[in-house]
Amino acid sequence: MSENEVKSILFAGVGGQGILRASDIICEVIMEAGLDVKKSEVHGMAQRGGCVTSHVRYGEKVYSPLAEPGNIQTLVAFEKMESLRYLKFIKKDAVIIVNTEEIYPPAVNMGDAPYPEDVVAFLQKHYGKVISFNAAELAQKAGNIKTANVVLLGAISNLMNIDKSIWESVIKKSFPEKLVKINLIAFQMGIDA
Amino acid sequence: MKVLMSGNEAIARGAYEAGVRFATAYPGTPSTEILEEFARYEGVYAEWSTNEKVAVEVAIGAALAGEKAMAVMKHVGVNVAADPIFTVSYTGTNGALVIVSADDPSLHSSQNEQDNRNYARFAKIPMLEPADAQEAKKYIKLAFEISEKFDTPVFLRSTTRVSHSKSVVTVEEPEKYIDKTGFVYNTEKYVMVPHCARLRRVEVEKRQQMLKEFVETFSENRMEINNPDVGIITAGMPYNYAKEVFPDYSYLKLGMVYPLPEKLIRDFASKVKKIYVVEELDPFLEEQIKAMGVKVIGKEIFPYTLEFDPGVIKNAIGKNTPEAVSPYKENLSPRPPNLCPGCPHRGLFYALRKHKVYVHGDIGCYTLSYMKPLEGLHSCICMGASIGMAHGMSKAMKEKGKGKVVGVIGDSTFLHSGITPLLDMAYNNSDALIIILDNSTTAMTGMQEHPGTGYTLMGEEAKKVDLKVLVSALGIQNIKIIDPLDQKETRSAIKEELAKDGPSVIIAQSPCALFKRANIKAKPALKVDPDKCEGCKMCLNLNCPPISWKKGITKEGSKRKGISFIDGTICNGCGLCEQVCKLGAIS
Repeated sequence: MSENEVKSILFAGVGGQGILRASDIICEVIMEAGLDVKKSEVHGMAQRGGCVTSHVRYGEKVYSPLAEPGNIQTLVAFEKMESLRYLKFIKKDAVIIVNTEEIYPPAVNMGDAPYPEDVVAFLQKHYGKVISFNAAELAQKAGNIKTANVVLLGAISNLMNIDKSIWESVIKKSFPEKLVKINLIAFQMGIDA
Repeated sequence: MKVLMSGNEAIARGAYEAGVRFATAYPGTPSTEILEEFARYEGVYAEWSTNEKVAVEVAIGAALAGEKAMAVMKHVGVNVAADPIFTVSYTGTNGALVIVSADDPSLHSSQNEQDNRNYARFAKIPMLEPADAQEAKKYIKLAFEISEKFDTPVFLRSTTRVSHSKSVVTVEEPEKYIDKTGFVYNTEKYVMVPHCARLRRVEVEKRQQMLKEFVETFSENRMEINNPDVGIITAGMPYNYAKEVFPDYSYLKLGMVYPLPEKLIRDFASKVKKIYVVEELDPFLEEQIKAMGVKVIGKEIFPYTLEFDPGVIKNAIGKNTPEAVSPYKENLSPRPPNLCPGCPHRGLFYALRKHKVYVHGDIGCYTLSYMKPLEGLHSCICMGASIGMAHGMSKAMKEKGKGKVVGVIGDSTFLHSGITPLLDMAYNNSDALIIILDNSTTAMTGMQEHPGTGYTLMGEEAKKVDLKVLVSALGIQNIKIIDPLDQKETRSAIKEELAKDGPSVIIAQSPCALFKRANIKAKPALKVDPDKCEGCKMCLNLNCPPISWKKGITKEGSKRKGISFIDGTICNGCGLCEQVCKLGAIS
């Protein structure tokens, strides 16, 4: 590895799942930890129920906010089948975090297409490390289903060598006061998942 | 202080730091957030203008008064604003004028992929192009300096990746604002009749020469000599992509993409053995550099279309990297964007599809209705085009087209550029039906105000245009206002207006389902009664996200193969499916 090793995380899911908020938080955390960071996403059409992705890249010095396809170390799928859509972007030894929640695309809703089966088993067969859990259920336990994105952040934090206190202080800054406690619980649930 | 900022936030911040207090725009992805951010700063004037042409004209007025003014738009907005832009290039700006063009390589949210660097050359206006948020903040400041120094409008070109990517930015103290406004009378400079314009035409060429000298030493045209075997000439975001995969090559990074520094390019060419020009879309730099007689490799190996990423550049230069592949070979159901649950447009298009009509569409959320199963519209070109196109088709088809040609347009789009074609329809006695989809906001770009909402960008109450009175004043006599969530009313209004002679306008009024100010109390989610549902899939034709169909749920004495379900967590109870179900199974 070169001295300036830049790492990439790809967030993928469905509009409305809080992906952009989650990737904003992780970027703040990385910046607070003293590293350079860039992220990229597309707004607009994607907000209307379509696929949403966000690239986060960090290291000593980052040029591109977009990762080179095939070179991403971590994939965080906010929805189960969305994990399959972006496999060409990740490395063979990538770590995959997958929320096993299912959100049906229109063709599945209409009964015209099946929802893919055995997704996690497929990922486990082809990739080194797969961490899977239902983030929506954990978020519900934390007290609000909308904190599923923060549950996933907890799981990601286990893979990154950044002090927990930094994560917690950024989460505190990122939400209105009344939602801070519930998000900190959700974050811890992700760490323990 | 270091802050994480998007390119758009950085442009707003940079303008503010440069002492700019006057900015105009019409919303359009990926440019919208620039003015929303700018409007939050203390002491600024910022407005949503009715369209981009107006935005530029308002900014020109402010600049002629001595202000530093900024006009912001997406790439196709520059087409709308092209008329004043080409001539303010002649008059010069007195104060300062910067036009921000946010281009959209890969058409993430646009109808075309035009490369607006061409406008710089076409209109003889210098153009800066930043590569990330930090540069965006720096370059907008430089753009204002250049505008003041050379008495010229200046373009700042962003792209989706610059506007919508975030990176670390150092924020600085803003310059103190000094009010320099006052009248400057100089008719030879500002009255562009042929006699004066001919004189200014010469001045434009003089300015071009001065700018060509200036760019040779411009600090943001930067050489990085590393490995002398390969040199890369590039600008904007592609610089980052190239640096990512080829950190050891030599670079000439151009901060100003027009005019080009010819001596500097020749100097760079003398220092490296082989040169690649790395640029998205048109061979804009490449053709000019080749015309200088400098040998470079460009579009012979790089794509003309879509945005780049580090992999595109690596593969084109041929470092024998295998294409990235996925081990998953099955087809994955796509997830196209869709109208939201409770969207009133769904009601209008569901009613409209019952008629055998040709529907001209326009730019907005409702364009999404073109997809199956709604298939609500059959053409879409640009902002405001639906009305003129419907009128033209109706005239061309004569009797064959009678009662069969419709144009649909949103409220914000109508006020942007639909008024003049509707006037044309009234004036030339068209037979087409125009439906204004009035959801009281600019929804697609994220709920911006416009003259029909009653509020300004700065949050002040404003005169609210009365669409019915406006349409009537244009000379349209057949006008109906309906609620598109009421299927019976909507269907009968469409039927009646299609049958009438002369132009008709239906104003379909119902607030956007995401629109907070309307304070719509979400009605209770609807449910499917499994005893009554026969699984006919009628409700699925609405393509409403909460409605799904599950097979295998049969019923004794019925041929049904499955039934519909409504996801109560996302249904907002708009009631359309209840009206569509003929068995009364939804309530």
